[in-house]
This record gives sequence, structure tokens and C-alpha cells, in this order.
Amino acid sequence: MPVQLTAILYLVSSVLFILALRGLSSPASSRTGNIFGITGMVIAVVTTIANLQAFTETIVWVVIALAIGGAIGTLLARRIQMTAMPQLVAAMHSLVGLAAVLVAAAAFYDQEAFGIATNGELHFASRIEMSLGIVIGIITFSGSLVAFAKLQGLVSGNPLVFKGQHILNAALGLGIVALIVAFCIDPRQELLWAVTLLAFIVGFLVILPIGGADMPVVVSMLNSYSGWAAAGIGFTLLNPALIVTGALVGSSGAILSYIMCKGMNRSLFNVILGGFGGETVVAGGLKVDRPFKAGSADDAAFIMQNAGKVIIVPGYGMAVSQAQHALREMGDKLKEHGVEVKYAIHPVAGRMPGHMNVLLAEANVSYDEVFELEQINSDFQTADVAFVIGANDVTNPAARDDPKSPIYGMPILDVDKAKTVLFVKRSMASGYAGIDNDLFYKDNTMMLLADAKKMVEDIVKGFH
Amino acid sequence: MHDIYSFVSLLTVFVMACFVGYYVVWSVTPALHTPLMSVTNAISSVIIVGALIAAGASARFDASKLYGLAAIVLAAINIFGGFVVTARMLAMYKKKAK
Repeated sequence: MPVQLTAILYLVSSVLFILALRGLSSPASSRTGNIFGITGMVIAVVTTIANLQAFTETIVWVVIALAIGGAIGTLLARRIQMTAMPQLVAAMHSLVGLAAVLVAAAAFYDQEAFGIATNGELHFASRIEMSLGIVIGIITFSGSLVAFAKLQGLVSGNPLVFKGQHILNAALGLGIVALIVAFCIDPRQELLWAVTLLAFIVGFLVILPIGGADMPVVVSMLNSYSGWAAAGIGFTLLNPALIVTGALVGSSGAILSYIMCKGMNRSLFNVILGGFGGETVVAGGLKVDRPFKAGSADDAAFIMQNAGKVIIVPGYGMAVSQAQHALREMGDKLKEHGVEVKYAIHPVAGRMPGHMNVLLAEANVSYDEVFELEQINSDFQTADVAFVIGANDVTNPAARDDPKSPIYGMPILDVDKAKTVLFVKRSMASGYAGIDNDLFYKDNTMMLLADAKKMVEDIVKGFH
Repeated sequence: MHDIYSFVSLLTVFVMACFVGYYVVWSVTPALHTPLMSVTNAISSVIIVGALIAAGASARFDASKLYGLAAIVLAAINIFGGFVVTARMLAMYKKKAK
């Protein structure tokens, strides 16, 4: 294939990738976008294969490898439950990271094939790109493994903090920089593997102290890293398609991390330093037994079917108890009673960006009934019922009113402005930040203490 | 090929692509942030290009080729998995007739 044609085909696939992301600006155009993405990938892969130096000798192996990976990937993607999506995405990030490391290593051992050496001497720029690509790739790999383990519940979602953690991380970081410098001066394989090992450990240590509720930020951040790793490899291969794609993915993850941080009113730095966001951290607050009003499913059913407007606020608890289908049924029943039903979603609800939206979509909730925080917050004043299910801190009025609260400044859904708040919760325990929620004790709040799914099902039975 | 000109032009491509990414991703609706992550996952696996080059460089079975083949498997898992799961999710976003 002529060099120019190859270059143009790579350009076409880069453009298709941009269009794939562009399609996601609305659900209606998103499906076409995905087709663009797939086409772009097919073009990139076919172009590369057609240009292989040893095409006839290796094509069988390449196809076998593709088939194995393709079969595993398709099977996983078809089987996975929507509630497990954060784990799947974390696992996939780790694969991108590891693949980037393997490609960099392959380039190191076959420098001629990659055109990055003259007279057996590895180019200086390639030394930098290669070592950076490996470092970012392996950090993505080990970091995502930890994120996966936390999301899957294999290790505790609580932040694991130990003394001297930051000093250890800093020391390892300096070690990595020193080794990269050494590798640039004298590109020996021992140095490359030493860098890999150190960066691998750093990936673990950086993600371990971050708590479960901060996972949306972590998952977005690792998404970003996987993009930068791809871009790094692109520089090594002198391939603009990889560079463009890597930059797209890198900025995508960075923007998502920013949105998530803003949703919690915390800086990225603060999240990475960790130690926040466990399920049981007690943030120094005194536990006082305060009176609250508990209600039954029948009470809730009665209140809601006589309401004019109900806003449903789902959170991670809904995902945990798989309550989304029952919830949609409840919404349908309410609509039969002539009640206006809307869904309000906080940016950091769930364990990854957009987590709640996917679950509601899975349950067949029409997407024009689902609203983001800015779109719906003023609606609570006119709502008769705010139905909070599995969310907690994102509704805590202390974030708005109490400057002393650790979550002060975090944007919240103003559910307390609704006439009645129905709060579905497993028990009276506090939220992830260990902060008591004043909302529970308000006169217009009724606590529905039960498993989310069971409670919603009982409410549906309670409608007349 | 790897002279200063090509590095600068690639850097230009990189910086421009970051800007394109910035504007394109801000236009993504928050409701589709999860599919955004899964599809970016799939497309960042375009590093399979590097894996293919490593695996198909020569008929010899050396370290480079093994790394390349392993990377093909990993990247293919991601590509197929990412696109399939994105399609699955996007198919669920429906607007019901009222």
C-alpha cells in the first residue's frame, strides 16, 4: 500500500473517532456515532494489517489473536449486568494500560521494525516516549486493578491509609524519574523493567487510599490515563491516528474527572491524596439520637398517588438493590394516577459518571423524564413529593447551609424544598462521609426504612 | 523519519486533537457519560495498531512478537467489548411516545 494512502486511511479513522464522540451529544445521534467508531476501528486495523512487513507468514497468528480477544470481549459485553458497568469499565482500563506496556516493550525489543533506531542506536526522543508510555500504561493497569477490586467488593471500599504513605509515594515517584533519566542516557532493558516495576507499585498505592464514593473520579481519571498512554505509543510509532485518539480519550477522561470533582466540591488533588470517602468514616460528629418520622409503604403509596408532582432522586443504593425496574413500575403507576413524574440525577450519584442514567434507561425510563441537577433543582419548590432512593449526601442541606460541615459547598439537590420528602434507606446510619443528614429529622420528611427494591415493590402494591 | 520536523508536526497534531477533544466532550450530554467511557475505552484500544506491527514484523518468533500477540488479544477484548457494550447501552436510551 502506498505510504500516502496509508496515511490518509489513518486520517479517516481519526475523523470517524471524533464523530463517534460527537454522536454522544444526544441519545438520538449516539447510535450512529457508535457505528462511526466501529468503522474507524475497522479501517485502522485493516490498514495496519495490509501493511505488515511479514504479512503472509504472520497473518494466521494475528487473526487467531484477534479472534480470541474478540470472542472474550463480546461475551463479556453481552453478559455483563448494567449495575456492574463501573467494574467492567475499570477492568477495560486496566487492559488498555497493559496493552500499552506490551506494545512499548515490543517496540524496545524490535526497534528496527518500528523504525525508532538507526545503526542499532535507539533514538533519544523514542527513549523518552517509550519510558513515559510504559509508566503511564502500567500505572493505569495497576490502578485500574485496585479500582476494579474495590468496585467488585473484593477489597474494602474504605480508604486504606497508613503512616508515611505520601512520603513513600513521593520517594517512588522520584525513583521513577531517576530511572527514566538513566534510561534516556543508556537505554538498557534492566532500567526499563525497573521503571515498570516501580510504576506498577505506585499505581496500587495511589488508588488504595481512595474511598468507594470517590470512585467516579478515579474511574474518570484512569480513563484519561489510558488515553495518554495511547498517545504516548502513538509518538513512538509516529502514528497520528493513535495520537489523535489518545488525545481525545485523554481529554475526555480529564473533563469527566473535572465534572465529578466539581460535583463534590473537591479538588482533584484532594481526591488523589485520599483518605476520604469510606463507608464508615466518622468525621468527628457526635451521634445523637434524634426523633424522626418513620412511615410504611402504604403511607408512601397514599401520599404519592394523591400528589400532583413527584421527583425521584436515585443514588448508589438503588444500584446496589437493583431497584430500577421496580422504580419504573412505580413511576408508571403514578402516571396512571395522573401524577407528573420526573427523575433528578446528581452528577456524582453512583460509582461512575452517568451510572444512574444507564440504569434508568435499562429499566425503560424515557430519557426525557430524566434531568440533571441544574435543570431540575428549581422544580423541587413546586414538587409535592421528593422520593429519595439510595442517595444521601447529595441531598444533605448542610452542604448548602452549614459552613462547618465537611461537605459544605458541594452542590446538592434541594429535595428539602419539596412539600414532603420520602427517604428510602436501609437504616439510620450516616452516608459515606459519616455526616448526619438533617433532612432525616425534618417535619416534612418521612423515613422509609427498608431495602430499596422491597420498599418500592411494596409501595406499588399499596396503590389503589 | 524521526527527525525534528516530524516530532514537531506530531506534537501539533496532538495539541490540536486535545482541543478538539475538549470541545467535543463538553458537548456530550451527561446522561451519556457512561457510554462515553465505554466507547473511549474501545477507541483508545487503537493501540492495537502497535501490537499488530510488533506481531507482524517478521516470521521469527521472538520476544517482540510474543508481546505483540499478547497485546493484540488484550486490545481486541477491549475493542469488541467496548463497542458491543456501548451499543447495548445506547439501544436502551429510548424516548417513549406520549
